[in-house]
Formats: sequence, C-alpha cells, structure tokens
Amino acid sequence: MSSNIPMPNTPGQTSRREAFSKLGVGSIAVAGAGAVVFGYAYISPGVLYESSPLANVGKPEIYARDSITQDLKRMIYVVRDPKGFYALSSTCAHLGCQTAWNVEQGIIACPCHGSKYNTRGVRVDGPAPRDLPWLRMWVNDEGDLMVDRSKIVTPGHYLRV
Amino acid sequence: MAVEQSFLLHPISVRVRRRALDVAVTWYLGTLSFGAFVILVVTGTLLMLYYHPSAPQAYTDMKDLEFVVSGGVFLRNLHRWSAHAMVLLVFAHMFKVFYRGAYRPPREFNWVIGVMLLILTLLLSYTGYLLPWDQLAFWAITVGSSIMSSVPLVGGQIRFLVLGGNTVSANALLRFYVLHCLILPMAAALLIGVHFWRIRKDGGLYTGPEASDE
Repeated sequence: MSSNIPMPNTPGQTSRREAFSKLGVGSIAVAGAGAVVFGYAYISPGVLYESSPLANVGKPEIYARDSITQDLKRMIYVVRDPKGFYALSSTCAHLGCQTAWNVEQGIIACPCHGSKYNTRGVRVDGPAPRDLPWLRMWVNDEGDLMVDRSKIVTPGHYLRV
Repeated sequence: MAVEQSFLLHPISVRVRRRALDVAVTWYLGTLSFGAFVILVVTGTLLMLYYHPSAPQAYTDMKDLEFVVSGGVFLRNLHRWSAHAMVLLVFAHMFKVFYRGAYRPPREFNWVIGVMLLILTLLLSYTGYLLPWDQLAFWAITVGSSIMSSVPLVGGQIRFLVLGGNTVSANALLRFYVLHCLILPMAAALLIGVHFWRIRKDGGLYTGPEASDE
C-alpha cells in the first residue's frame, strides 16, 4: 500500500505507524494466545463427580483361599492366592468393556471382542494389547482390605495378611 | 432478477443445464443427503422438547417419547432411520462423485469440503448414539473413547476432554448433547453452504465430460 507519509531514510528505524501496527497485532496475538489457554482450561473439568478410586472390599477373612471375587460395582477382582492377596482391574485392556470371571474355563473373559486373561491378569487370548493391571492394595487401620483403583503396581506384589 | 433480490429466494438457481436434472446423472444422492439432513434437524428439534440431557433422566425421556408422547415413536424412529439413511446416502454420493470424476478441476476444493462434511456426518452419528443413555449407547461410547485414547502422546488427554471426565458419565452425556445439537449442526450448515456455493461457482452440477465448460 503506497502512502504519502514520508518514511524515515535510515534502515533499522521504524516509523510511528509501523510501531503502532506492530503493537496492535502483537496485542491481538497475546490476547489470542491467552484466549486459547483460558479456553483449554475452561473445557477441562476441575471437579469430577465420579466415585472415589479408593474401595473398601471388606475383611480378608471373607475371601476363601484360592478364590477370585469380582466386585461389579467397583470394577475390580479381589484375588486370594496362596502367596497372598492382590487386586486386578476388571476393565478390559482392549477397549474398555467390563470383563467377567468364567468359572468353568477358569479364565477372565471379555464379552466384547473375545480377550481372555488368566487369574494373574496376563492376556492369554484375544485383541487386548496389554495385561490387566494390578492395583495397589493395603490393609487399613480397621483391618479392612483397601484397593486404590487409580494406582497401578507391578504384577507380583502380593499382600500378605 | 427477483431471485437475486430476495434473501429467501436467492438459493434458487437462475439457470440450470437440462442434463443436470436427469436422475441418471447424479441419482439425486446429494439432494437426498441434504433432504435427510433437513429431516434430522426438524425431528431433532422436536425431540429436544421432551429430552433432558441428564443421567439417568435421558433414558426415561427416551421411553416417554416412545410410549407417552403423541407421535413420539414416529418422530424418534424417523430421526433414527434418517440418520442411518444419511450416512448411507453421503457415502453413496461420495462414491458417485468419485467414479464419475466429478472431483476434477475446477471441483477439487468442493471434494475437500465434501470429505469434511462426511466426517461431520459420522461425528453427528457418534454423538447422537450416546443420547438414549442405554447399554448400547454407554458401551459404544466407552469403546469409542478408548479408541481415542490410543492416539500417541495426547490420546489420554483428548479422551478426558471429550468425555469431561475419566469415564462415560453425566458430563459426557451433556458434552455430547451440546456437540450433537449445536456445534456439529452449525458446522455442517456452514459447510453445506460452502458446498452448494462451490457447485454454482464451478459451473453447476457435473454432467459429464462432454459438457462445454470442461
């Protein structure tokens, strides 16, 4: 755009017009970036009305030796092994369906796409890319077994009670 | 021309080529897709009068529409069938455009708009699927959001933002409702406008290689 306003001759010197233009565009860019940051923060929920990941699954005595008990509401398996207690997530590692303990076949099976896991959560069949995670388990002050569904531990951490 | 002076009349073409009106040329697939979209908007708006996007009320409302509301079963079924029909029609329309070569210059940009409209159609189907809040809806969206989380690096965060939480819950229902009823239809309407405008600009519907404007 040609203009009749005299331009400064020396390079490196901006005219007042250019300076204001840069200031304006710069401010809009900063405002835009701020809007993106605020917008992202807005759509990220800060409070969730989901159930607490901590699950109290009762006294250790109620679980028979060599048993696997599915808690449908909390979506976990509580397993009592000769080596001790452990908890598995019952959410299939494939695409999130709830698995079920199949007594006749002695495996954990997913009804959606046919993934199968053994009692240690190791995938033995089907499209699941990973094993079922082991969840953190401990005994609280009242002697109840507690499972934290949000904390995954290395398989093989048996809880001796 | 009266048609150009009026906002309501301006969508009407001043002039069309006779050959463009033959069913054999396009099978009217684009027209039918748009017709399905109009049916979906009208039936969808009416369904909104009885539907609360809150869990678990959504399921009860869906049952109300089926058994209690006069004409509710017809509206709901028409909405569902039109949705399936629209997906089928837009795919057929896309294949027809492809096999006729109607995407060639000067129509390449309109093809891109068409692909974006296809994606919007599929997203509308996906978000609408959750709204009955039944077992089919819940698990379909659980599986679909798990697929989303497999995107490398940011997949988990994308899933968290789309669902508004860690699981498919009341937040997810509300977000999907807003997407399904407001954001996606507005985006679709905008792109449909561009799509139709491009047809006019590119010289009308593609009628074949013997057309003089090749």
